[in-house]
Amino acid sequence: MHPDQLIERSAHYRRHLLSIIHHAGAGHTGGSLSCIDILNVLYNRILDVSPETFSSVSRDRYIQSKGHCVEALYVVLADRGFFPAEDLDTLCRFGSHYIGHPTRKVHGVEQNTGALGHGLPMAVGTALAGKLDRRDYRVFTLLGDGELPEGSNWEAALTASHYHLDNLCAIVDLNGLQITGPTREVCDTQPLADKFRSFGWAVREIDGHDIHALTETLEAIPFEPGKPSVVIAHTVKGKGVSFMENNIKWHHGVPDAQQYARAMEELGAGNTFAG
Amino acid sequence: MGIAEQNLVGVAAGLASCGRKVFAVSPACFLTARSLEQIKNDVAYSDNPVTLVGISAGVSYGPLGSTHHSLHDLAALRAIHNLTIVVPGDNVETAAAVDAAAGCGHPVYLRFGKKPMPGSLTGAPLSEFTFGKGRIIRAGSDGSIIANGETVLPALQAAEALAEQGISLTVVSMHTVKPLDTELIDRLSADGRPMLTVEEHSVHGGLGEAIAGWLMQHRRHLPFKIMGLPDEYTVTGSQLEIFGHYGISSEGIAEAFLSLLV
Repeated sequence: MHPDQLIERSAHYRRHLLSIIHHAGAGHTGGSLSCIDILNVLYNRILDVSPETFSSVSRDRYIQSKGHCVEALYVVLADRGFFPAEDLDTLCRFGSHYIGHPTRKVHGVEQNTGALGHGLPMAVGTALAGKLDRRDYRVFTLLGDGELPEGSNWEAALTASHYHLDNLCAIVDLNGLQITGPTREVCDTQPLADKFRSFGWAVREIDGHDIHALTETLEAIPFEPGKPSVVIAHTVKGKGVSFMENNIKWHHGVPDAQQYARAMEELGAGNTFAG
Repeated sequence: MGIAEQNLVGVAAGLASCGRKVFAVSPACFLTARSLEQIKNDVAYSDNPVTLVGISAGVSYGPLGSTHHSLHDLAALRAIHNLTIVVPGDNVETAAAVDAAAGCGHPVYLRFGKKPMPGSLTGAPLSEFTFGKGRIIRAGSDGSIIANGETVLPALQAAEALAEQGISLTVVSMHTVKPLDTELIDRLSADGRPMLTVEEHSVHGGLGEAIAGWLMQHRRHLPFKIMGLPDEYTVTGSQLEIFGHYGISSEGIAEAFLSLLV
């Protein structure tokens, strides 16, 4: 997909995820908007996986550690043909598989996640299996900056470098806000790049909304042979909707009809998918 | 993996999801407490076929104290869906349980002690081993003792001592705590004869309460007692000394059974 098409695809995804959150009356709006460009590039440019190859042992794997932003994953998977987009009309409804955190009941989801600090250890195990089985698939996991104080992340970070898992790439969606406040005030994890380097990782820092930078960076892994890669993606919570950007109330705020209409207008509704 | 139990279980889940046979081994006290969320989510909820092996369970670590005792693990794990829980009573059950866990394709918790186990409690090879099917070690007609793990041996010795007093007991190694062999419980409780359960676990939430729950809900009213570690700061000493203090010995178990006859 051409970069300009990817940029338009991000707008489409933003509209779609807002529409399903608005329809369901629930969802993690701000974080889904901050990570959607990352997911866009992963699924449209990087990952060697499709609905047809999802059961292949050699597929690339994506594990979403920040499971609460599942709406971003759902709209991308739907767009990639893993399931019909209309299925998402049942988001968070009684009996629906499309619940508020990733579940393997949904085609395309690798692991059940939602409790924070779980994605990286599972990604490490998956990457380790790739090395042991001599398969060349790659493993990607998306972490929120708010979940980095979970100690399991750092246990896994040690393990990843110990086993030289250069088939592993962690992406930190560093939007700087978590449910209880600015991440730097709640528990400062900076200097984050230095921390990962000291744990034996190769680090790149980029603008997590820059499609070109995301593409170029993720195409370049491993950044150093023999080392796991981490992309620290600087993002904006609520990105793309002016009144949601950097506003903590949109962590799991749900737009009312007026807010929804305004957001859709800002996102260019009517160009393609109107939700 | 190093001393990092949460990571151990998460990595094990990732490995298992790629088709590898994975045994995640750590002292039961740490594996089932520190990694409980990983067991619940990464293993059981995601149905990644990891075999969790809790070693030196119960009070195996004796004088090392409560940090190293695991008297909570069965209670905690029983409440987690999609996890088979197995506490073998001797070496033949252990070997069969390891094979069965490796082949079953779903999450399993194997709970082992520390000291050498009896080769075979019956003196014979296992004729069959299935998760969820208790093993009758000794058949009798005056009641039953249902035990697991390292308490099966003293339970058997108690039954042998009582046999000399003319009391004939069935002794079961209930190696699988979940799923529970309710058919066997049904059979053993049908005539209302006394039943004693014994385990190296808190009296709360383990084998005894699993059986009690079934009995109560099926209107089986019979003399019944749960033996295990009481809800208190556990005394310290060797495993055998702790067992002795709480009556988990052939004499103590025999005495407890006799109390059900009064």
